[in-house]
Amino acid sequence: MVAKDYKPCVPLSAIATSSTHGEDSPYFAGWRAYDDDPYDAINNPSGVIQMGLAENQVSFDLFEKYLEEHQEVSNLVNGVASFRENALFQDYHGLNSFRKAMTSFMEEIRGGKVKFDSNRVVLTAGATAANELLTFIIANPGDALLVPTPYYPGFDRDLRWRTGVNIIPVNCYSSNNFQITKQALEDAYAKAEKANIPVKGLLITNPSNPLGTAITRPVLKEIFNFISTKNIHLISDEIYSGSVFSSEEFTSVAEMVQERGYYDAQRVHIVYSLSKDLGLPGFRVGAIYSYNDAVVTTARRMSSFTLVSSQTQKMLSPMLSDVNFTKNYIKTNRDRLKRRYEYVVERMRECGIECLHGNAGLFCWMNLKPLLEEATMEGELKLWEMILKDLKLDISPGSSCHCTEPGWFRVCFAKMNIKTLDVALARLTSFMEKRKKT
Amino acid sequence: MGYQSMRGNNSQLLSRIAAGDGHGENSSYFDGWKAYDSNPFNPSSNLDGVIQMGLAENLLCLDMIKDWIKKHQEASICTEQGLTDFEAVANFQDYHGLPAFRQALAKFMGKARGGKVKFDPDRIVMSGGGTGAQETLAFCLANPGDAFLVPTPYYPAFDRDFCWRTGARLLPINCYSSDNFKLTKAELELAYENAQRDNITVKGVLMTNPSNPLGTTMDRDTFKTLLSFVNQKRIHLICDEIFSGSVFNQSEFLSVSELLEEEPSYDRSLFHIAYSLSKDMGLPGFRVGVIYSYNDAVVRCARRMSSFGLVSSQTQHLLSHMLSDDDFTSEYLAENKRRLNKRHGEFTSGLEKLGIKCLPSTAGLFVWMDLRQFLKESTENGELELWHVIINDVKLNVSPGSSFRCTEPGWFRVCFANMDDATMHIALRRIGDFADKLKEDTAQMQNKKRFNKKLRLSFCRLNDGAIAQHLMSPHLLSPRSPLVKASN
Repeated sequence: MVAKDYKPCVPLSAIATSSTHGEDSPYFAGWRAYDDDPYDAINNPSGVIQMGLAENQVSFDLFEKYLEEHQEVSNLVNGVASFRENALFQDYHGLNSFRKAMTSFMEEIRGGKVKFDSNRVVLTAGATAANELLTFIIANPGDALLVPTPYYPGFDRDLRWRTGVNIIPVNCYSSNNFQITKQALEDAYAKAEKANIPVKGLLITNPSNPLGTAITRPVLKEIFNFISTKNIHLISDEIYSGSVFSSEEFTSVAEMVQERGYYDAQRVHIVYSLSKDLGLPGFRVGAIYSYNDAVVTTARRMSSFTLVSSQTQKMLSPMLSDVNFTKNYIKTNRDRLKRRYEYVVERMRECGIECLHGNAGLFCWMNLKPLLEEATMEGELKLWEMILKDLKLDISPGSSCHCTEPGWFRVCFAKMNIKTLDVALARLTSFMEKRKKT
Repeated sequence: MGYQSMRGNNSQLLSRIAAGDGHGENSSYFDGWKAYDSNPFNPSSNLDGVIQMGLAENLLCLDMIKDWIKKHQEASICTEQGLTDFEAVANFQDYHGLPAFRQALAKFMGKARGGKVKFDPDRIVMSGGGTGAQETLAFCLANPGDAFLVPTPYYPAFDRDFCWRTGARLLPINCYSSDNFKLTKAELELAYENAQRDNITVKGVLMTNPSNPLGTTMDRDTFKTLLSFVNQKRIHLICDEIFSGSVFNQSEFLSVSELLEEEPSYDRSLFHIAYSLSKDMGLPGFRVGVIYSYNDAVVRCARRMSSFGLVSSQTQHLLSHMLSDDDFTSEYLAENKRRLNKRHGEFTSGLEKLGIKCLPSTAGLFVWMDLRQFLKESTENGELELWHVIINDVKLNVSPGSSFRCTEPGWFRVCFANMDDATMHIALRRIGDFADKLKEDTAQMQNKKRFNKKLRLSFCRLNDGAIAQHLMSPHLLSPRSPLVKASN
């Protein structure tokens, strides 16, 4: 692809030549290993099993059943007017019906404990865009967002790459099950102050990726007090809110805002997406919900760069507005995830591996500290490489999630069928048994 | 409802990007949309409403697309025939895009250029519409403060797309009616030298070919001059070819891709094409943007950035079937040209009968109308005065040349492809009545001073904290087709 008499290229931008895109992380190296040698039950039984991608396929059949039963959803046979309108619709407010459907769905997920105003929903092409967009809005280049560790590796790119904003970690430790503490928040803030970096917000993921735990109410209270005192924004990425095993165990920041009588609500913003709870990452449906009018207006304008396909909005809005469907889906999805989680954790326990006690998400946070040759990041990466090369399991090392302690790994279990999961667990079990003998 | 303020006002607590007006919505370009939105023409229920001629959309061939979709149920994942693909498609979020989609796009782009060029599917990168494509290229090629030169007049939203979040700048290369607004070497060099004198680093040139708003295509000599210039200065060239499938006469259009094939001595790493299906196929809602770069590093970087604006896999799936259908795409492109040509011909000859000339054009969804004869004074204010009359009295939303940074007042972009024949004739009749009045009665000039107070040139109120009651910012600020119903 490169001309033979190649001249040195005119330099690209600093953003283009930086490595803040984050793809050099082992997180992505594992994906590449999977791509090069993907497991297939029939054609490649010794291939790499993908457990490094948090996707949800446990409840797909519910969609297919819905679409089979609701052929009228197919917007393509609804007559000329409908197709043409849909094809032309590029209004950044989004289809009214779709915005309302998203609002209704987000309320269902929170068990009706919260009321959302559909006029505050801004649609984006995925949560990736939503997080970047909010960062552009609340922070200038050189400012910082505080993010509790361990966190989703993609944040390094989404929050920093094109925005020029820094991430200052809020360090969390296994001694208290990686919960966010007031001290950790204060320490992170102080670190930023010392370095003369203005802190503009705190970004939490609730339930947490990679921990698979929902943030408790007392911790949320601390968080709210902290952001109030420091006069900063709070972004709550609630992308896994529909994947909490039991709805009583999840408290959305929206509930806190309501309970506090909307005091200080203007600093609170929620990110959501259909990629995880509904297992539809390909459709690129993300949303920002903000209690701040200026943020809503600006986010809506910026969403011009990243709108949701009108075809997709049209297809999904009847489904998401159908309360019977969504109630059943949410409940079934939660039950299936919970059973899958318990199954995985139990099988791991049987072979001597402990996981953090989780109550949400598409993954578990596995403790392999006893297996480390040395309790360092290098030791962890060595173990990770061995698991990838010898066990052919792509799991994500805690260091790629900026975990403070080496030895933790995120293991995704919802993207595969039960047979593949059993193969993966069998490889792990066999490895652990061999280890016991030596 | 508004919520209690954070301490400090919003402009301190939001970023400079958020608090500034780089969103561009204060332009007169959008004021006209507002007038349309508050009083939209409807042939059954609002014959006196404003006709939208300020939105470059192509509705002329949507029936063909709809028919194809009806015949090919397997291409839609929510039909009985297509449901088997649902799971795989819904899960597909690879930023390389569906291979079949990229291949189909490459084929389609080649066809739109009369088969004179072959495109490599591996160089095709998705983006959130043409809007996303421009921004991504700016992020890849320019640092904050760097500039791209752009021939005037140019599409108003480039200021937002290229500059808002990137911090890059656009500097004009002035073009004049005496040259039919063609790009000249002298002006190109002048723009470059001016930037250098002001210590601004020029990283490239951004052009649209066929041109928006002119509807003209770049001729071979001018193009070669431009290519030699960028090659010699070692700067980039971004060609926005979003209207490449909307050229009435195929032989008229020369894509940068053809010139690069002809001339191997150009450094290909400097050349990048932005494309989209929003205009040629009339599918702006589907958000299909494309970056095609001859620079491997830009392809890699843009592909990574496409994570921020991928095309819905449902849409990729549908379009990969449709655009792989050779018979359909050949028929579509030919018929699209024919219908656009017909509409353009009818509209321009209609205007000519009224004594109104347009810049001769061979492409696009609009004409560049010359209303200099009607200006009370040959200034930007004179133009805006005339424009107010056109909106308020003639009830047509047309776009004033000043919003495209045209060097000379009195030119207006008028879109003709987003309406049916009947509406076009109504528009022509209104223009005719207006032209007659102006010619017959100079006292009518006094009416031009009757500003509609509600129509303002800037949206100050959207810039400050008093936004609560405007939480649902006016629909007009986001493109809203006249054929889309208010409730949906």
